[in-house]
Amino acid sequence: MNCKKVILELTSYLDGAIDTSVRIDLEQHLARCTDCRLVVDTTRKTIQIFCNSEPVPLPEDVRNRLHTALLERFRRNSKTI
Amino acid sequence: MRAIRRLSTVVKIMVRCQISPVGFPGALLGAKALLSATDPKPLPSTIVREDEGQLVSAAKAGDAAAFEELVNRYERKIFRLGMNITQNKEDAEDVMQEAFLKSFKNLDHFQGDSRFYTWLVRIAVNEALMKLRKRRPNQVSIDEPLTNDEDSVFREIEDWGPSPEQRFAQTELNTILNEVIGELDPIFRVVFLLRDVEGVSTEETAQILGISVAAVKSRLLRARLKLRQKLNKYFRRSETQ
Repeated sequence: MNCKKVILELTSYLDGAIDTSVRIDLEQHLARCTDCRLVVDTTRKTIQIFCNSEPVPLPEDVRNRLHTALLERFRRNSKTI
Repeated sequence: MRAIRRLSTVVKIMVRCQISPVGFPGALLGAKALLSATDPKPLPSTIVREDEGQLVSAAKAGDAAAFEELVNRYERKIFRLGMNITQNKEDAEDVMQEAFLKSFKNLDHFQGDSRFYTWLVRIAVNEALMKLRKRRPNQVSIDEPLTNDEDSVFREIEDWGPSPEQRFAQTELNTILNEVIGELDPIFRVVFLLRDVEGVSTEETAQILGISVAAVKSRLLRARLKLRQKLNKYFRRSETQ
């Protein structure tokens, strides 16, 4: 496997959605290629940093306006119990 | 028994995502992306609870409380998605309201051939993209720009060291993340947010955006590479040594 192929398989590799034979090839390449190892490592960290980032809070006033609008829609709707 | 099964599922998800059980349910993010490369099993979508179908059926039959439970369950996620796509609080509020009001109005037309959450996200994403188009009519295209990010990857290769994000205060980190995600082209931004932040599967993302699975994979790769490149200037070791 060459460096370009590693990049093309990067997403499948990081998602664990890769054929075993391709994964073994890719990991053998990583063992001898520092550049690809760094790309894989920093791309994985990129995802982790976003994944673990502080969730955007839902402000109380925004939530209240949503529920008021829904309540109004429920009232208007004939299905409302 | 059912509650125990559900709790067990939640714990498994947390372990996979390597996150602490602190925070609201929306914190169960991007489980797939964090899977070890040695675990090739595809994951089911981790964000939908088992009883969603029952709630949808009850809501269709006129049970407003059931619909409200669906709203309570997904309002934070939909607001966050709106914020992340539009980068604007007022737009995110409009997106969230429209998504829930339209889903309620059209509930009778919801066939159940996809999950309610997927359907809701599709409405929210369309609303959010419409907001962007109104703001910048010539800048939001459904076509992929012709650049070759795969070739430029090796121009900036630097070690970030372990936990590079910990070098920043939380507010500073949030600012950086908002900035770099905001710089992404919307077509890449949306795919990255759905797949890696919201934990939606590749197939569901394709369904939501009306594009092929191959296109999702291609856009996700390019989004991840672009974000990596943008974060490099903040997180490279040489920046702090």
